[in-house]
Amino acid sequence: MSTYNFDYLDELEAEAIHILREVAGQFEKPALLFSGGKDSITLVRLAEKAFRPGKFPFPLVHIDTGHNFEETITYRDQMVERIGEKLIIGSVQESIDQGKVVEQTGKNASRNALQTVTLLDTIAKYQFDACIGGARRDEEKARAKERIFSVRDEFGQWDPKRQRPELWNIYNGKIHKGENIRVFPISNWTELDVWNYIRREKIDLPSIYFSHERDCITRNGQLMAASPFLNMDDEDVVERKQVRFRTVGDMSCTAAVESDATLIDDIISEISASKISERGARMDDKVSEAAMEDRKKGGYF
Amino acid sequence: MNILKFFTAGSVDDGKSTLIGRLLYDTDSILADQLEALQSSNRKNDDGTIDLAILTDGLRAEREQGITIDVAYKYFQTEKRKFIIADTPGHIQYTRNMVTGASTANLAIILIDARNGVVEQTIRHSYIVSLLGIKHVVVCINKMDMVDYSETVYSAIIEKYKVLAQQLKLADVTYIPVSALKGDNIVQNSGNMDWYEGESLLHFLEKVDTDNLDKSQLARMPVQWVIRPQTEELHDYRGYAGRVLSGTFNLNDKVTVLPSGASSTVEKIEFFDQTPDAAHAGQSVIIHLKDDVDISRGDTIVNASALPQESKLIEADLCWMDGRALDTSIMYNIQHNSKITRCKISEILHKVDINTLEKHAADEFKLNDIGRVIIKTADALAFDLYDDNRANGSAILVDTRTNLTVGALMFRAAVE
Ligand SMILES: Nc1nc2c(ncn2[C@@H]2O[C@H](COP(=O)(O)OP(=O)(O)OP(=O)(O)O)[C@@H](O)[C@H]2O)c(=O)[nH]1
Ligand SMILES: [Mg+2]
Repeated sequence: MSTYNFDYLDELEAEAIHILREVAGQFEKPALLFSGGKDSITLVRLAEKAFRPGKFPFPLVHIDTGHNFEETITYRDQMVERIGEKLIIGSVQESIDQGKVVEQTGKNASRNALQTVTLLDTIAKYQFDACIGGARRDEEKARAKERIFSVRDEFGQWDPKRQRPELWNIYNGKIHKGENIRVFPISNWTELDVWNYIRREKIDLPSIYFSHERDCITRNGQLMAASPFLNMDDEDVVERKQVRFRTVGDMSCTAAVESDATLIDDIISEISASKISERGARMDDKVSEAAMEDRKKGGYF
Repeated sequence: MNILKFFTAGSVDDGKSTLIGRLLYDTDSILADQLEALQSSNRKNDDGTIDLAILTDGLRAEREQGITIDVAYKYFQTEKRKFIIADTPGHIQYTRNMVTGASTANLAIILIDARNGVVEQTIRHSYIVSLLGIKHVVVCINKMDMVDYSETVYSAIIEKYKVLAQQLKLADVTYIPVSALKGDNIVQNSGNMDWYEGESLLHFLEKVDTDNLDKSQLARMPVQWVIRPQTEELHDYRGYAGRVLSGTFNLNDKVTVLPSGASSTVEKIEFFDQTPDAAHAGQSVIIHLKDDVDISRGDTIVNASALPQESKLIEADLCWMDGRALDTSIMYNIQHNSKITRCKISEILHKVDINTLEKHAADEFKLNDIGRVIIKTADALAFDLYDDNRANGSAILVDTRTNLTVGALMFRAAVE
């Protein structure tokens, strides 16, 4: 046998490509949920590796809260242009206008929770039977429990007590009408793995991941980007800070970290040394010990 | 750097989750905000110290009941290696989740409570480890703090386990006395057990041979997806996408496509923007063949000089994983890599009694039962025996009424 170099990134990559191809092979109408964050950007690269020179056997779907960082949208549109794949947008604003959801009020209002309704509507409208997402098991303890092929019922609900066995590398994608499967090809990657992969593959990222100057306010001990989407009042003091974002959700729930990291190498050293988890920068997880489990049961990503 | 995948097994409350929590804690793998959440949680040990088991018991029901229900995956790394851990439940009721966590691992940690010694679940889990062919086994005799760190207690238990290991033909077993709660022999060697001369658990895990690279000659690639761009410049492009299960494909290798039996030669191997000379076990690639043969998803490309078995009648070990018992009168789907076909269980050869490991004749198969069956498939499968080639020797059963995964199969022989 010839020897070959197959390190941990190669192994994680090969596993993810295998999972993406299983989705292609097993489902009629799959979709790739694209958030504009580094994990879904990584998924797009993995899909290129799985299907090029062919087309993706699925469209990208962006659930747009309308509270995006401008940089994310610019990046999204340029990327879609570059890869020549189809983009479907599910709009939270539309769900609000249709009266399907009600905008939260108060100081900590966010559209994060409303996304679930728009997501489920979009799935129903296009009859997607599989939705590929960039969630990782290292992010959060409820996610650490989820299968790679995770069944959702007609109401989008995850039932953690009734998960199917998932053996070897065999993924059972059989579902009843109305159900769908969420698929997580990078389940076994850690945050650092994703960054090392982005470095190795020289993947281009939205600029907000790198250090820049920005107007911020401090909320619940977290640094938030000042924006029209935050309900600000006289108590909020706007300060100019040197920051970057470690994870990118919408502007009302993603906190910034103070950082001088302008290069990917700086980011990797910063994360390696960090004592705070990535999800520590998400207001949505701070609510309670079971916040993520509850949102997932309700149909969240 | 490579990856070691391992899981913890053992009876309820033997300390599996605590041991993993301890490994993470003592290797500094728990971040400040997670630690803060731990400290503010109201599940505490009796002496008021933090309960490390809640690091992996991520579901509300688990925290409420203080038990593990489903597998949790945890990740950490040291300077030597990356680790993927599956913390599996000890309750017999959740055995299928234990098998889920075990099926992808290359090492098993079996915990034994020093006060109780080898119990039924120890035997059951050890049996599953031997069925799944997991190469390395570490037996941790836990809660040594509760038996005064006694060498006598430890020795008595390992003598008993050695008999079991021999019965089960577990070849590579290592024994370590530990206290997951106090941290003895988990990361650092313990001062409480000077009589123990071996390594700490972490040191052992850092250097055990992972053997991720498959050395067999059995080149196998199930076709997952056929890539046909059908654009003007790539009009005749036809690439077979899949993950090499085992062995190596080299350019110009003679290959056979199963089930059709068509032969051809490897013309080109593609990996995104690269065109390597070989595709090895574990790699996800695209293979092009010289001849225009009819290939679709579910077919397997194999080395022409080392063909797999082909049969519609296969003898296999079966773990039953559904609340509804096996029904020999109905058809199930069998999923073997990318191939799905109908099947029936045509005969139950025996069931294994977990306490005595004896084989009994049986006519029913219920949740958590394990035994030997003969399956009859609609289409022939191209498979290897599980012991020769795990990846091509395993399959799952799916109940077409519920779509649930109801059985795990390990192929043991083709029936003539
Ligand atoms: N004294 C002592 N107690 C321990 C030790 N390890 C675990 N325990 C305690 O044993 C109890 C059960 O521990 P867990 O880690 O939850 O057990 P488990 O094996 O994960 O249980 P299941 O997942 O439900 O099968 C807890 O109260 C632990 O604090 C040990 O080394 N010494
Ligand atoms: Mg446990």
